[in-house]
Amino acid sequence: MKKEKSNFGFDIDHVLHELHHYLPAQAPLKDFVHHNTLHAFQHHNFHDGMQKAAQIFGYQVYLTLQEYRDLFQKNKINAEILEKRIIENKGVSNLSIWKEKLLEATYDETHSQRIGRFRKIWKAKYKINLDKYVHPKLFRSVGAFLDQGISIAKFPYHDKPFLDALRSIEKNSHTSIFKSQRARNILLLEKNPLDVLLKIIVGDENYYESYLFEQQFGHPGWSGMVCAIEKKPQSLLDKRRISIKEFIIYELLIELDQLDQLYGEVWKPIGDSLPQNFENNLFKEVPKSELFEVYKIWQEAYEWTYYDQVVKGLQIKPEEKHSDQKSFQAVFCIDDRECSIRRHLEGIDPSSETFGVAGFFNVAFFFQPEQSNFNTKVCPAPMTPDILIKEEDAEKRHKKDNHFNRHTHGFFGGLIITPTLGLWSALKMGKSILFPSESPAMVSSFKHMDKYGKLTIAYKGKKSHGLQVGFTQDEMIEKTEGLLKSIGLVENFASLVYIMGHGASSVNNTYYAGYDCGACSGRAGSVNARAASILANDPQVRAGLKEKGIVIPESTWFVAALHDTTRDEADYFDEDLIPVSLKSEHLKNKTVIEKALSANAKERSRRFLMTNTRKPAKKVHEEVKKRSISLFEPRPEWNHATNTLCIVGKRENNKHLFFDRRAFLNSYDHAIDSDGSILLGILNAIAPVCGGINLEYYFSRVDNYRLGAGSKLPHNVVGLFGLSNGMDGDLRPGLPIQMVNIHDPLRLLITIEHYPDEVLRIMQINPATYEWFINNWINLVVIHPETKDAFVFGDGKFKPYSVVTNQIERVEKLEPIFESVHDNLPILEIFTN
Amino acid sequence: METNNIILGFVLIPFIGFLASLFFQEKKESAISWVAILTTGLQLVLVIGFTINWLIKGTPKTNIEEITLYSSNEYQFLIDFYFDKTTVTYLLVGSFITFLITRYSQYYMHLENGYKRFFNTVLFFFLGYNWTVISGNFETLFMGWEMLGISSFLLIAFYRERYLPVRNAVKVFTVYRIGDVGILAAMWASHHLWHENINFVKLSNYELVHEHLMSHSEIGIFIGISLLVAAAAKSAQIPFSSWLPRAMEGPTPSSAIFYGSLSVHFGVFLLLRTYPFWEQQMSVKILIALTGLLTAIISFFITRVQYSIKPQIAYSSITQIGIIFIEVAFGFHVLALIHFAGNAFLRTYQLLISPSTVSYMIRDQHYNFHPVENPKTNKIINTLYILSIREWNMDSFMNRKIFNPLKNIGKSLNFLSPKNVFYYFFPFYLLGLFLFFNQEYIPKDMYEYIPFTYALSGLIMVLKSFSERLHPRLAWILILFNHFSLVLAVSFNEHFEFRETLIFLSGVSVAGIIGYLSLARLKKLEPDYFDLNEYYGHISRYPVLGFVFLIAMLGLTGFPISPSFIGEDLLFSHIKENQFFLGMFTALSFIISGIALIRIYARLFLGPHPNPMQSNPLKSS
Repeated sequence: MKKEKSNFGFDIDHVLHELHHYLPAQAPLKDFVHHNTLHAFQHHNFHDGMQKAAQIFGYQVYLTLQEYRDLFQKNKINAEILEKRIIENKGVSNLSIWKEKLLEATYDETHSQRIGRFRKIWKAKYKINLDKYVHPKLFRSVGAFLDQGISIAKFPYHDKPFLDALRSIEKNSHTSIFKSQRARNILLLEKNPLDVLLKIIVGDENYYESYLFEQQFGHPGWSGMVCAIEKKPQSLLDKRRISIKEFIIYELLIELDQLDQLYGEVWKPIGDSLPQNFENNLFKEVPKSELFEVYKIWQEAYEWTYYDQVVKGLQIKPEEKHSDQKSFQAVFCIDDRECSIRRHLEGIDPSSETFGVAGFFNVAFFFQPEQSNFNTKVCPAPMTPDILIKEEDAEKRHKKDNHFNRHTHGFFGGLIITPTLGLWSALKMGKSILFPSESPAMVSSFKHMDKYGKLTIAYKGKKSHGLQVGFTQDEMIEKTEGLLKSIGLVENFASLVYIMGHGASSVNNTYYAGYDCGACSGRAGSVNARAASILANDPQVRAGLKEKGIVIPESTWFVAALHDTTRDEADYFDEDLIPVSLKSEHLKNKTVIEKALSANAKERSRRFLMTNTRKPAKKVHEEVKKRSISLFEPRPEWNHATNTLCIVGKRENNKHLFFDRRAFLNSYDHAIDSDGSILLGILNAIAPVCGGINLEYYFSRVDNYRLGAGSKLPHNVVGLFGLSNGMDGDLRPGLPIQMVNIHDPLRLLITIEHYPDEVLRIMQINPATYEWFINNWINLVVIHPETKDAFVFGDGKFKPYSVVTNQIERVEKLEPIFESVHDNLPILEIFTN
Repeated sequence: METNNIILGFVLIPFIGFLASLFFQEKKESAISWVAILTTGLQLVLVIGFTINWLIKGTPKTNIEEITLYSSNEYQFLIDFYFDKTTVTYLLVGSFITFLITRYSQYYMHLENGYKRFFNTVLFFFLGYNWTVISGNFETLFMGWEMLGISSFLLIAFYRERYLPVRNAVKVFTVYRIGDVGILAAMWASHHLWHENINFVKLSNYELVHEHLMSHSEIGIFIGISLLVAAAAKSAQIPFSSWLPRAMEGPTPSSAIFYGSLSVHFGVFLLLRTYPFWEQQMSVKILIALTGLLTAIISFFITRVQYSIKPQIAYSSITQIGIIFIEVAFGFHVLALIHFAGNAFLRTYQLLISPSTVSYMIRDQHYNFHPVENPKTNKIINTLYILSIREWNMDSFMNRKIFNPLKNIGKSLNFLSPKNVFYYFFPFYLLGLFLFFNQEYIPKDMYEYIPFTYALSGLIMVLKSFSERLHPRLAWILILFNHFSLVLAVSFNEHFEFRETLIFLSGVSVAGIIGYLSLARLKKLEPDYFDLNEYYGHISRYPVLGFVFLIAMLGLTGFPISPSFIGEDLLFSHIKENQFFLGMFTALSFIISGIALIRIYARLFLGPHPNPMQSNPLKSS
């Protein structure tokens, strides 16, 4: 792009770049991926970034003092750890002063923010509430332009870039978009409208940047969406061309139009009306505030109260119970929702073994369902694979429901349909509310791929959409090797190895993409699990692996499966290919998995306050399943709520611990990672993925109004890409309150079973990954594999950490706890007789 | 007798349910929701049973004079109920949908702030709904009508900490209020046409109506047009349509029940109910049909360009209601009732499953999407597109033609301040009182102007109150004074008895004092955030005070919880046929005072607090 500079040195490209950086970066709904809501501040230390975000934009970034103090009263923040945090931050000599400050002192917590000053001046000096006129017009035009299929009449000239489309309409109609002549002329005639508009409206170019920032942050949702689409036009199926620059020009045009309408063309630019002491630099250093230091210590004490138990638990040496004979092995996604099902499997069949790895199972590709016009990416969002896997001989998984039919909105169509289909709706509504059942409106993880269809796995020289269709032989070997080494499964193969993808099912859930597998870009993991299994079962792949030293016995078979985390159901793929000799074993394993699923549903139900957890697992399971098909259930499952931990290490060293579904569990064996490349790969993935999930939950919880999406109950679907409240509201990025009610806002703690020096070397290789740790957006503890000593990362180095927790509770049976406690549980040690 | 009791049950059950729901604590979610489900479920069963019985009996029209609230030698205020096929249809559809919605909300609203408030309001709405549906005369209908209005306001502003819901709630309430002028005018005119509080069953006597209208056809047309205004406002017909999509600010099920289905069809109900009034007036019939037709056509175009789901459903519903208006006008009432039921069910269900649109349509696109190359356009298509995106300027039309002029009149009264306002009004009022007791001083040819003058002064106070920006207490007092002015004005008409004055003023005075004290208390607590320039959201900190003020405000508006309500009707019955301006001013000040009061409540107690302790929603959110 050509650099555009106005005559005086105002650098518009720089401002647009900054806006892109600071505005919410949430993709359209279908591509919902969790990310750090305040990524714009990630180059600062976490707590410094928090204070900046709070004081510049007015966000709430911590709990309130009262909430922390209540937690302290309820023993949810440990007194000893609190003291330790004070000493760490302020020194021993200041302990009592700061303790008093934390526990007793009163602070003014009212919000003050820098942004929003221009609007006040418009109101005070020009007697105009610009937003009231500008926002509805702006949102309506851009919403209609971007619409992906709700409206029946499409935006005229939607194939052109936004401003060109507006120009064409303006030229070819009997009415005008504007009320005054000047705005119309600028749109139609000016070559560089932005400069002209800013000159008229703002006047002094020193204020351009802060004016534009404030303007765009008056509706961060829409501006962020425009930025996201500008950056990734392919996130819309029906392509649109729009840029934040066009959007700003149009907004300025409407402002000008409104002011002209009111005052003629003679009003003074706002730059001339600013008070003497107007602070122009939004991002000027914020002064240190004691309140934020108090917040910082409270937050750390809150976090370490939990982390401390985790470290203590990981230091416990599990009893040696080595048996090489495994009944079966199962590879799961690291997702925190898979944490408990693995525990149940291992509990029901103690000789089984489970592994955790990012749920795309090291096979990254685009997937094209049969009869579909589009590809979907099924690997972590930052990756851009060059492989396409097509589905063949599959059934279409889309049923019609006439309630979504456009003709219901027509004149005659409506006239015919209303008295007929309308009466039918009464029955349908009655049935779906009183006796919920599956319907075409729902999203089911099992429909991501047709179980009985075929996949084009092997490359046969074909290309499609510029992508290679299928994997080459070498790629297959490389992918499989990568998968097995990363989880440390290179020997002792069981005869059946399950590769379990996961997905979710729900109805009336606009956030459905956020419930599926994050490592598959918000899709179910079924295709990836199936592809990975096909690869691992391929004789030539196995031969290739043998050369690399990984010997998979001939008697071993990989079975792909999908775990539906909402319904706690599992389905298996290509079962007909399982060798006859293993079929009965497979059936036996299936019953084990079935049992584990019900037990898991029961465990989950303790968080569903309207379900009676005391009933037998089977019964509870049936009730849990209903949540996925009930129109009225805003919480089909809790998704990632309560996530706090990411444990990297051998499963045998943490399977004695109860993590209460709060942990991402990543299998890793440092012993087979001599050069650290495996750990590097893991860190590169878990820092942005788990860190992103964790921080999105954190911010949506502490400031649900501004960093979250508010309540989802009044949400209105906009253009199939976003959500707003009501008709004229801003788009709402972030998570709704219904997803975070039970979430405790703690940052992620990653623990790695390895040597501190080695981890320090590896984590610094990729600066983007290192930033998460050095700036404390994620906490990191390394557990020495032999001594079990703990080291905590801070200020660029590892320091020994001594735990405060004396003892963690040992329990034999968890079920009574599930039946009686609905809150977060502490770390527990599970023992078996 | 037995039938009568059952019909009475149709308002008693919701009433008891509503009262019961008030007694549970916020935390008792399941108790609250079960009260609502049982109430609506019981009602549903009763309605179905009664309907079957009614069908067997051969669908008789039934009228029940239930309660006489006030009676003097020439005036009676009766609560009167009526039952016919329109009643049956509305009762059935209403209780069926409300039952399902309460069941739906039991889970949907789980853990939401205001769980209890939601069910209280829904039950109150349910009471108002059934009350209106079985009402047998205008007075009774109007009571229900008012309950619908206030419950609508409360549900739209359910998310009261946000700016847009509150602003839109005030907007919708305002439109409703304009509709209320229509009903009041119709009531006033029909007093004079019939010389009694006519009930609907008498209206169905074609000859009787015919005979009366023969001699007073202008009044007939006046009544017809008044009813059309009321119906058009309530059913979002032109030029009022733009309120409907803006009303969808509450939780989805409440939008579904109110604006998708039940509330929005009350215009249709009013027309069906008063059909005998205007069926013999060809001009009114044509006007109603034209309103419907024009609405249907325009909102058809608006529907086509809606890019978000709820406004799209709202406008397609308006299109169908337009068509229903035509059906009613031409006497196809069974068709209209079926059409109503179908539209209500369809839109409710569409709204309930509206969040599913995303996944459904994206999936649909995966299989069926073909990009449009070179979309077809021409000047006419583009013009229609721009007009429709702007909703044919209906929203700005309402602002420009109705509210801005009123505000401008109010602004021209800016010389009135809390300090001087009473210097103007007090002496003037005392003069009035003096003249009233010493009527011999009044010159003969002046006499007829006096009521008019005092009504006008009342209206000026109301306008001032409506546009007041700084002093909430002044705005409040002015409304109270307006009532006194009106009473004085009407008192010059001979028949208005002292007892009647007392009934009217007792209600407003008590409400006025309580409201004033609440405001004084709030001013003391929050001196920095106490004016009418912004929304201050004080209810978050002072919920009890907010509630007390709400009740006082309802009392002062003459809401049917205070005796003032009867007085209001009495007042109108004493305005003579030829005192058109007196009638107009009284009706106008009644309407605008309602808006002014809800504005005081909304600005002080609702919306985001400007300086919050915790996070605060953006205004645009």
